[in-house]
Amino acid sequence: MTSRRRQLEVAMPWLVIVSLVIVWQLVVELFGIAQFVLPAPTAVFSAFMQYREPIIDHALFTLVNTMSGFAVGILVGVFLGIFIGSSRLVYAGLYPLLVGINSVPKAAVVPILVLWMGIGQPPAIATAFLLSFFPIAVNVSTGLATVEPELEDVLRSLGATKLDILRKVGLPRTMPYFFASLKVAITLAFVGAVISETVASNDGIGYLMIQSASQFRVPLMFAGLMVIAAMGIATYSVFAMIEGRLTGWATRRQDTHFGGG
Amino acid sequence: MKSFVDLDGVSLRYGETEGTLALERVNISIKPGEFAAVVGPSGCGKSSLMKLVTGLLPATSGSIRVAGNAVNGPLKIVGMAFQNPTLLPWRNTLSNTMLPLEIVQPHRSRFRSHKQEYVALAEKLLESVGLAGFGDKQPWMLSGGMQQRTSLCRALIHNPELLMLDEPFAALDAFTREELWTVLQDLWLERKFTCILVTHDLREAAYLADVVFVMSARPGRIVATHRIDLPRPRPLDLTFEPKFVEIVQKIRNEIAHARNEIRSAAPQPQKAI
Repeated sequence: MTSRRRQLEVAMPWLVIVSLVIVWQLVVELFGIAQFVLPAPTAVFSAFMQYREPIIDHALFTLVNTMSGFAVGILVGVFLGIFIGSSRLVYAGLYPLLVGINSVPKAAVVPILVLWMGIGQPPAIATAFLLSFFPIAVNVSTGLATVEPELEDVLRSLGATKLDILRKVGLPRTMPYFFASLKVAITLAFVGAVISETVASNDGIGYLMIQSASQFRVPLMFAGLMVIAAMGIATYSVFAMIEGRLTGWATRRQDTHFGGG
Repeated sequence: MKSFVDLDGVSLRYGETEGTLALERVNISIKPGEFAAVVGPSGCGKSSLMKLVTGLLPATSGSIRVAGNAVNGPLKIVGMAFQNPTLLPWRNTLSNTMLPLEIVQPHRSRFRSHKQEYVALAEKLLESVGLAGFGDKQPWMLSGGMQQRTSLCRALIHNPELLMLDEPFAALDAFTREELWTVLQDLWLERKFTCILVTHDLREAAYLADVVFVMSARPGRIVATHRIDLPRPRPLDLTFEPKFVEIVQKIRNEIAHARNEIRSAAPQPQKAI
């Protein structure tokens, strides 16, 4: 029973995607929807096969931008999170500013970034970074700020320094928050990179989509979208896997639940 | 005999001069190796008292001395356990127990090179509280009582001179609680650390302690001190004997009296919060 449930759980995402594609195909054919409004999955697939080399080139460009921005986002986000989370004074001072920065629509910032950095890779990386560091910083600081005061007392009465408490309790405790934020941040990083590419680039999926839109090659646009979605899911699952390995203690309920049957 | 923990006219006020007075001119003296209990109605500042003695909070006035030295900051020799076991969920029982060894000198610098020795030490301690073979279990696999035993082991692994217990058994069922009383008594008889137990369970205080301090409701003051001169080791059956019940009754009456005193006092305007 439990093993069948597990198999079903693994198969579930694929089943959902396949059924969605089938429904999509049926809707397009039954209602005779024009290709430049909503192309059928088959049309999207053939567009992908036809242009797969340029699509993959552009996708790799976008992937590199996303990952570079994301990497900087992790570094800045973690340090900012530790900084904010370990002092109430810093928290009070910086938090409103961060919320303000995060509330600015990043699409509106891209022209400024272009002004500073030119077009192409630099503004794409910067936008990916700007979108991804915030959830990381917020989650890391939350994890640190919610360490049980009793536990802190136990350690302080042993003569532990702030750094000791951070290393022994704060950071391990923050890991589940950190990984949760990575899963959000990586998808936001893709959004950032693509936004910047649509505005100011001659490469990348964003550029590809703007170009194909101006030529009404809607199946090609959709092919680009699918590639981004696939890359997003792939990176997400990588982090989910690392998360499962490192922070299994935080999701133990599910495991014991299955075992207890 | 010189006292190990000495509070002289200690008051504690939270906030500025307008703030709540939590403790008022508290005098306590505890000898080395003595087991002291502090009892009182809830909200009387028992936990604040613990924080003062360990130096986690500074006193508003009065002086606190531990082992002959004035307390100016967090002490470094204290073991602590609370109502909540506060074990780290990402560490197993053994590694939770050894946490203080990774922080307190001289263990800290020899921890890596002498790991085996420390593991043996921790396993022996776990065994002495009835947790032999549970070292590799994660905390959530243990029952509440077992978690609390682990928490006690963590508080004692580095052989602290002073053990502070803040209602450590309050969240346990009656059977487990009484079982842990005997476990704690055995550990104390074997190691003879100075112990301060904060509790609202009068039987617990009378069973475990050499001396019981009774506190009044807020602002907390010491209204009575009882020496419990029952022979050790005290068996659990003792708690049903008349002389024991009599001691508990007496303390209970004092606490009731302390509460009534507060109630009969003129109703003071409550401070807006």
